[in-house]
Amino acid sequence: MMETTRRRLLKGVGALAVAGVMATAAGLGATGAAFAEGKTLKIGQLGVMSGAEASWGLVNKYAAQATAEMWNAKGGVDIGGEKYKIEIVSVDDRNDPKLTVSGAERLMGQEGIRYVIGSNTDVTATSIRPIAEKYNAMYFPYASSRSLYTKPAENAVMGMVASYQVAPAILKLLKAERGVKKVAFVARNDSDGLSNRDDAVKAAKDLGLDVVSADATYEANATDFFPVMSNVVATSPDLIFLPASAPSNTPLLMRAARELGYAGLFASDSGQDIKVINEMAGDAGNGLVSIGGASADAIRSEYMDDFIKAYTKVAGEWNDEAGTKVYALEVILATLQATGPSAIEDTNVFKAAIPGFSMKNPFLKEDSKLTFTGEADYGQKRQIGVPLVLTETKDGQFTTLAIGQVD
Amino acid sequence: MEQILVNGAILSANYALIALGITLIFGIMNVLNFAHGQMFMIGGLIVYTVCVVFKLPYAVGLLSAAVAVGLIGMLLERTLFQRVMRISSREENTMLLAVGTALLLENIALYVFGEKQRGIPPMVSGVYRLGSAFLPANRLLVFAISLALIAAVLLFVNFTRQGRAMRALAQDRTATMLMGVDVNRISMLGFGLGAALAGIAGGLLISVSGVNAGIGTAISTKAFIMIMIGGAGVIGGALLGAVALGFAEAIGYALFPGSVTYLLIFTALILFLLIRPQGIMGKPWG
Repeated sequence: MMETTRRRLLKGVGALAVAGVMATAAGLGATGAAFAEGKTLKIGQLGVMSGAEASWGLVNKYAAQATAEMWNAKGGVDIGGEKYKIEIVSVDDRNDPKLTVSGAERLMGQEGIRYVIGSNTDVTATSIRPIAEKYNAMYFPYASSRSLYTKPAENAVMGMVASYQVAPAILKLLKAERGVKKVAFVARNDSDGLSNRDDAVKAAKDLGLDVVSADATYEANATDFFPVMSNVVATSPDLIFLPASAPSNTPLLMRAARELGYAGLFASDSGQDIKVINEMAGDAGNGLVSIGGASADAIRSEYMDDFIKAYTKVAGEWNDEAGTKVYALEVILATLQATGPSAIEDTNVFKAAIPGFSMKNPFLKEDSKLTFTGEADYGQKRQIGVPLVLTETKDGQFTTLAIGQVD
Repeated sequence: MEQILVNGAILSANYALIALGITLIFGIMNVLNFAHGQMFMIGGLIVYTVCVVFKLPYAVGLLSAAVAVGLIGMLLERTLFQRVMRISSREENTMLLAVGTALLLENIALYVFGEKQRGIPPMVSGVYRLGSAFLPANRLLVFAISLALIAAVLLFVNFTRQGRAMRALAQDRTATMLMGVDVNRISMLGFGLGAALAGIAGGLLISVSGVNAGIGTAISTKAFIMIMIGGAGVIGGALLGAVALGFAEAIGYALFPGSVTYLLIFTALILFLLIRPQGIMGKPWG
């Protein structure tokens, strides 16, 4: 009886496996047939999508997938009179440079992809450079290291506003409008956190602000910030600056400081998510000035509304951090439309088009241009001219404080 | 100084819950459970779902986390670990299995709960002053619940029939079998209890520090540090390790830059292990 049951079970499993293989084959056939009707443009996405920093890369992935779905729903993107379906090929590097290198090899070497979004940190983005140069591929990191974008490097284009561009803007604004005089810095103890901290400390000193604490750091895997914040709050700052703070850490840092009696302002040079802040910090989440994206109610266009819907469909829920990551794929596609199909394989054509490229910013309500920028910082245009949007958390919402432009 | 003591005491109690679970599993089964941090994470995410998504009381969330993660632990023990231990005599196979389980749980959590940090508002609000130290009411509550749970686990292990069977199993598996104890059932129960403790710790700390799908490895690392200090498989050692790590962090963060604190902790741990590799209280823990 037992034997019969097991045999039946095995037969059942076997039948399911065969059915699965047949269904997969049928599915692949259908996909192949669909793509055979038009051409496919593969875009790579490489970044950290697991572990504590998973949100950084996953937001990139979901943003790229949402953009691709929006274009594909319209029949694809028109490049040189032909429609291309967009396919996003994602690789998780777990924030480990070794995996970034193998991921870049896979995307740029094996898959032959010439445009890759990511990675998410200075260390991993730096490790992509030799592979990108070997295959002459372009990549769009969310990392601030100047060496990535300064000659002789020419294959990386920054997809965001850099920390050393955000920090002076925030500090200048808060000094002028909120009377901030004393600033304390609390940084994550890794390459990005410390380099962003150093840039922000320099900016504060240049503005004549009193830096009352700059040494406090926390480990990337920290879960309790009370001990670190105890020291910082004791220096009585007007502003606590949190360089490169991850959306998962920021509300906890704020809550710990508030529980220690701190009543001043917070600032961060990285994108945050209001839902996470509300859930984790509650009222303690008020008074955070940070970089915002295109999603703030007051500034976003109908196209951005559509993007939010598409993103929510892909990811299951909206993430405000995605408002800072909507631009990379849209700009890549618009540049390819401007250059024609030759740039799909030959990135030299893409590079040549960078200086003169300009498009209407589709994500903002007001009429503004989206270009490549970065000459002031890198000596060449290797940064997407993302608007510099500063927001403040107030009563559970992001309110827009200022909108500017880099360069 | 008062703030350092308060920070150290609160950190120690939180860590003790985590260390107790992992040392129970190691003691009973000789398995280094690399998935312990992931069980902590799942406990936190269950509390989040119950309290924030379904808007049920926190106590229901905490109970759900304990039961669900305990059952997950028992299921993993019965279907995976027990089988691997039966057919393989190499200890590293259970370690590799635990690593695989950790990755599996992490990816399931990432798929089900998403990439965001999840947290719940403090259960109670307000901040007390102890001399010059600040003590948030929510942390005090978590501290008190942690102490109560630690006491309950100690009572269970020392004074109940199943608890005594677990201790016997940790001391000598063969002798325990010869005494007529159903070792498979006790192993499963012990694994479930260890996992439930991790789930409860996650459920408690989500109101303090939040959890995300990727937090497991960091929690497991701290759990390993604690049992290395106190002695793997020894309940008293786990508590000692938790106190040592909690106060080392509190003192380190107060006196040194954050980056130096863990450098010193790891350096001290290496030197300590050179002198006493079995930890302060060693093994077994009967």
